[in-house]
Amino acid sequence: MDRLSVLLMGFLSMVLVNNFVFTKFLGTCPYLGVSGRLDSAFGMGLAVTFVTAMSGTLTWVVDFYILTPLDLEITRYICYIVIIAGAVQLVEMYVRRFFPSLYDVFGIFLPLISTNCVILGICLFIDIWGTDNILEVVVLSTGVGIGFTLAICIMAGIRERLVVSDVPACFTGAPITLITAGLLAMAFMGFAGMIR
Amino acid sequence: MAKDNDRQGGVYKRALLNGLWNENPTFRMLIGMCPPLAVTTAVKPALTMGLSVIFVLVCSNIVVSMMRNLLKPHLRIVMFTLTIAAFVTICDLFLRAYTPAMSEILGAYIPLIIVNCIIIFRAEACASKCGVVVSALDAIGMGGGFTIALCILAGIREVLASGRFCGLEVMPSGFVPWLAMQMPVGAFVTLGLLLGLANVLTRKKGA
Repeated sequence: MDRLSVLLMGFLSMVLVNNFVFTKFLGTCPYLGVSGRLDSAFGMGLAVTFVTAMSGTLTWVVDFYILTPLDLEITRYICYIVIIAGAVQLVEMYVRRFFPSLYDVFGIFLPLISTNCVILGICLFIDIWGTDNILEVVVLSTGVGIGFTLAICIMAGIRERLVVSDVPACFTGAPITLITAGLLAMAFMGFAGMIR
Repeated sequence: MAKDNDRQGGVYKRALLNGLWNENPTFRMLIGMCPPLAVTTAVKPALTMGLSVIFVLVCSNIVVSMMRNLLKPHLRIVMFTLTIAAFVTICDLFLRAYTPAMSEILGAYIPLIIVNCIIIFRAEACASKCGVVVSALDAIGMGGGFTIALCILAGIREVLASGRFCGLEVMPSGFVPWLAMQMPVGAFVTLGLLLGLANVLTRKKGA
């Protein structure tokens, strides 16, 4: 029971309190670039969730069972990159082969996300936090992906409205998106008191 | 870039100056937006970050440019990221050894240079097509433009959030620190306003 509540808290904290987009600024590029339409934003979010969960877990396993015992921490970043690129490739092939309809929805985003900072970010932060339990790693990395999906979907919803609103000419596009993101980040600060 | 100009000096100069304003990665191209938001709570970490990016960008551009004839199209991106990852590791170890405090502050954002779009973008757009010298100059210009953008943003945020600039008191004694500037909100809104300003300036220049 205790274990379960720790996991649940960790998950909620990754989705709301420590949302990677609003508190750590990771994944800002797709956030500004892709989040123009709600359905494509959702597809992107799902693809990222899938890959963060996979590569977060895989990198932790490699780090914990191979790199640390063999004192190969120096090659950590290179290994992470290879694992992430491999995971993205695998996911892409698997989805294309077995779920063609799903591939049509988020297939085009898959090559893009191997250079998404959220993914390398979660691998690095799991390492920094020193998590030593595989269940926790799975839950945290899934939480990060879902947090990203939440952020990018809220933003897409707002941007669909921004298109028809009267924004000063020099602020159209990225500037107004960033300011909106700032206001959203402020709103998300309200969750900070939820978890100690 | 290099094709339409016969004079070598002109090519070099343009490669160097391109990144400072015309294709400034942060203000004009809107790529590599994570570090400008994340490390700009004060000027010193921003400057460290900028210098690290210059180092990685110059080294990876030179290496990519040297191996540009060996690149296979489908393995290109992987080769780029592996090259970058190697140089980022060097940079990270260097910072950890010589400026441990700074390395602590920047934390995961140094390794995150690997997936910084600026570096992959320059490798793809410039280094895989141009010679070594042009690529190196282009990297210095791009990195310089990035560092300047980072420092402007960090300067504004540090002065407003703590009344200090690089640790020196600059505001009058009655100044009340504006804490929001230190938080994510400050980063997003300041960068948004700066981008708006950059748009106004370009429009005036063009008209």
